[in-house]
Amino acid sequence: MPALVDVQGLVKHFPGERALLGLGRPRAVVRAVDDVSFAIAPGETLGLVGESGCGKSTVGRAILRLIEPDAGRVTIDGQDVVALGARPLRALRRRMQIVFQDPYGSLNPRMTVRQMLAEPLAIHRIASGADAQRRIAALLEEVGLDPSFAQSYAHELSGGQRQRVGIARALSVEPHFLVLDEPVSALDVSIQAQVLNLLAELQRGRRLTYLFIAHDLAVVRHIADHVAVMYLGKIVERAPAPALYAGPRHPYTTSLLSAVPVPDPKAQRQRIVLAGDVPSPAHPPPGCPFHPRCPHPKKDARCRTEPPALREVAPGQLAACHFAEQPL
Amino acid sequence: MTEPLLRVRDLKTYFVTEQGSGTARAVDGVSFEVQPGETLGIVGESGCGKTVTSLSILRLIPEPPGHIRPGSVIEFEGRNLLTLEPRELRAIRGNQIAMIFQEPMTSLNPVFTVGDQIAEAAIVHQGLSRRVARTRAIDMLRLVGIADPEERVDHYPHQMSGGMRQRVMIGMALVCHPKLLIADEPTTALDVTIQAQILELLDRLQAELGMAVMLITHDLGVVAGSADRVAVMYAGQVVEQAPTAALFARPLHPYTEGLLASVPRLDAPPAREHGRLHSIPGQVPAATAWPDGCRFHPRCPYAWERCRAEMPPLLDAGGEGEPGTHTVRCWLLTEPRRRTPHP
Repeated sequence: MPALVDVQGLVKHFPGERALLGLGRPRAVVRAVDDVSFAIAPGETLGLVGESGCGKSTVGRAILRLIEPDAGRVTIDGQDVVALGARPLRALRRRMQIVFQDPYGSLNPRMTVRQMLAEPLAIHRIASGADAQRRIAALLEEVGLDPSFAQSYAHELSGGQRQRVGIARALSVEPHFLVLDEPVSALDVSIQAQVLNLLAELQRGRRLTYLFIAHDLAVVRHIADHVAVMYLGKIVERAPAPALYAGPRHPYTTSLLSAVPVPDPKAQRQRIVLAGDVPSPAHPPPGCPFHPRCPHPKKDARCRTEPPALREVAPGQLAACHFAEQPL
Repeated sequence: MTEPLLRVRDLKTYFVTEQGSGTARAVDGVSFEVQPGETLGIVGESGCGKTVTSLSILRLIPEPPGHIRPGSVIEFEGRNLLTLEPRELRAIRGNQIAMIFQEPMTSLNPVFTVGDQIAEAAIVHQGLSRRVARTRAIDMLRLVGIADPEERVDHYPHQMSGGMRQRVMIGMALVCHPKLLIADEPTTALDVTIQAQILELLDRLQAELGMAVMLITHDLGVVAGSADRVAVMYAGQVVEQAPTAALFARPLHPYTEGLLASVPRLDAPPAREHGRLHSIPGQVPAATAWPDGCRFHPRCPYAWERCRAEMPPLLDAGGEGEPGTHTVRCWLLTEPRRRTPHP
């Protein structure tokens, strides 16, 4: 089956700002996204995982053209997103939507839930009047909210309820593809599970395709069919979820998995504690970007000089490591 | 049993809300003890009162709108902190009891060097000269694992990463060798690889310095790895308290049980294979309107009439150890046969 979302060689660099009122030397370019490629089949979920500053949110925004990519090809529903002019891009926005992390910052405090949900229906000329009211009630019900919430303002809602409104708003234009940018990170554990279940139900019912961006590998495991791990603007490992969790091939993936606290005091795990911080994406290390923190016992001069290519090391499993055949 | 380092008894911290919509009973009758050298984990979700509890211990609750109700007791080495004179309190706070907060960026002063900020407590509490205090600050930076401490001591917070700032916060808290460290969500704002570094650092420092730690967190994984005992809070109360191993092996309060079942975990197969991820229905009620009876009853799969009418006390759950080792605020302990969820 052809992919619904196909991303090839995506690049987004942010120019370094000049220090001191634009008079100083220009700072180095921040390579937020550096040659990222992946595809998502219809109805599937790709989990995009990484720590702060790895570029995962920039990928999500660049493929929707909420920020303009510098290079690369993005195809969604058969249309070349990067080449589209303003008018056809707006039409395509009905097919691709985003849900943000912060359910506090992403809802307008001066609008009722009804107004927030009516707006996209009006902009895309989908429905108005009584038809719109009917759709809004149905949307609220679909995301598990009583239709009486239509009268509420954002501040009257809990975090979980706000996130449901954010999801309803994204769904109102009947998209095929959703970018979910840390949709449950700000929620309490018991509410997190409710929203993850809702997302899974909606995906089945509406045959939605998801790009699920998250820092939490345990959460991603519950929703993703495939997982891509990013480090300093690059994908370092990409694999079907069961393969990645059972046998990670990149030492960064292995370290991330081992660092997640497990709610079991009896768990005797070999925890790998990485030394140091993530380097700045303005000054990525030469060679393999992970080499200064890499715990692999075999790492050598090649890691410091030669950037490893993302290559297939097992059926469907890609890793960018010179020693992917001898994983940690 | 040895004399506890900290004894909190029937702590009630209330807030008068702005809109006059009543009193928020943020902490409502909390009791627990911390023994010298041990780590007590306090777990709960937003609004359960875990942070207000820790701020009450240090008497950092702004009054008004908040106040600690008469009858509450917070004893540190046998002295009630709630009746101390401000001067006596200052001699304890930041000296024998120290605290680290969740947000290392906002808890550090941006206009002073990290060295000055670490040295301040040593100058105030121990009367060290600036020169000696600076040497102490360098030692603390080394202790918390910051490279080039002689150089870093003159840096400002903005020159450091989030993980390094949290290390500085820990250095500040430990400069007077406190007997009790209160760590409120110390790793929540950090990435998972940095979180692992900080948790390992706290474990090592606790072993080296022999202090007790109150670890406040929403993350059951963090307490499982670090705490000796755990108190689970819900709606301003402790609902279950037990040694860590017992709590995870035999969670008895339906809230603890539900919370443990809702955590997405890496050490178990994804729940999707069996359908849905477990979740607790509904949401935490508002602190101005706790439900009558057991505060968890509207979300509880086992609740019956008694739960709606009568608040359960903390009941002894038996198990290993002396009575009171594992306590649960739930009527199920009196009628265990009711532990079958309603359809």
